[in-house]
Amino acid sequence: MAKIHVTTKINGEDAEFLCEPQQTMLDVLRDELSLTGSKEGCGSGDCGACSIIVDGRLVCSCLMFGAEASGTEITTIEGIANGDTLHPLQQKFLEHAALQCGFCTPGVLVASKALLDANPSPTEEQARYWLAGNLCRCTGYDKIIEAVMDAAAEMRGE
Amino acid sequence: MYAPNFAAPQSIDDAVRMLGADGAKPLSGGTDLIVQMRSGRNRPDHIVDLKKVPGLIGIKAEGAGFRVGAATSGAQLGEDKALVAAYPGIVEGAELIGSTQVQGRASLAGNLCNASPAADSVPAMAACGVKAVVVGPNGEREVAVQDIPVSPGKTSLTKGEFVKEFVLPALPANSGDAYLRFIPRTEMDIAVVGAGVQIQLAGDGTIAKASVWLGAVAPTIVEVDASCLIGTKLDDAAMAKLDAAAQAVCNPIDDKRGTIEYRTKVAGVMARRTAEIAFKRAGAR
Repeated sequence: MAKIHVTTKINGEDAEFLCEPQQTMLDVLRDELSLTGSKEGCGSGDCGACSIIVDGRLVCSCLMFGAEASGTEITTIEGIANGDTLHPLQQKFLEHAALQCGFCTPGVLVASKALLDANPSPTEEQARYWLAGNLCRCTGYDKIIEAVMDAAAEMRGE
Repeated sequence: MYAPNFAAPQSIDDAVRMLGADGAKPLSGGTDLIVQMRSGRNRPDHIVDLKKVPGLIGIKAEGAGFRVGAATSGAQLGEDKALVAAYPGIVEGAELIGSTQVQGRASLAGNLCNASPAADSVPAMAACGVKAVVVGPNGEREVAVQDIPVSPGKTSLTKGEFVKEFVLPALPANSGDAYLRFIPRTEMDIAVVGAGVQIQLAGDGTIAKASVWLGAVAPTIVEVDASCLIGTKLDDAAMAKLDAAAQAVCNPIDDKRGTIEYRTKVAGVMARRTAEIAFKRAGAR
């Protein structure tokens, strides 16, 4: 089959690409659009390293075809910061040392942003359940949760 | 190289026509299909994305019941307050499928038609008498959800057919539903046993009707003979009989999540605990 022409919006900007029908959105981001912040950990929707936000929903980009992006609005890790100013989540991840190797970090940040967009005042338990689909093999999660809770407080102006 | 076709039809008729092609597979959330394609287990020639077909996504109240589009995500189900209030068990089953990310895409029809015996959304739907509206080359038919999966990975749908929506019946008075599953972890795992229950009370608070279904203990979900609960208030004797009846219908496999003996014993426990929740919910209405 001929390549599929897709027009979409990524991180606030109009985007278009050609993709094979079986290419996942993760393949498209990394291989066609050079947005390599989203990572492939498992390729089966278990690890969350490829998390993106599509029309306000957190999804694994490895579990979505590129062709499905047509007409959607997508946020990737590259769209989280405001120019050179880090998003509060990114800043708090640095302050709390909530990353070590960093491979899971883009996915955790995107998932955390989706959490705070939906619920600016999550309890620690809600944050832990929300992030259960983001696997980190380095930090033991406590620092990640501390950073998310701290960023949430700061964004609430506390 | 493997190169399927991809199409996103915008009408039922187009979807039926496209799914009539050899090697065509419907796509809703893709959380099973894409994983199976990557592993090589499933190699469709045509991927037919149904999410652009009107009615395939969304929840409509209908009388005292609901119509739920086949490809509606678990996240959307959980955000619909009226649906959660009426059918908390069905929603809690759907919301146990995968992570937040998977919840953003995974659908009731995908969970049902993937035909895993451990599908979390199916036992409570069966207990509540949910029907799947199936469309295909020969028109439309309503099928009880439990009649769609016939064995692991196989459904009763014929060529060109797909599930369009689900009909959740008008909520019976003084009724409550519930779903519980047992997994070795706290999140993100496949059921060792799942139990879906709907209970309806008589005016005096005793059980007038009970429907109990188990997942992950046989090649398909199985119904438990819950006649022992009728006329009771879930006293110890009724619970013991329910436990035995649940164990009696089990025909599970041995795998890393549990042995046959373990799954069978846990099935009794899960049936009791789920019945207890459904009974409390029915009493609170």
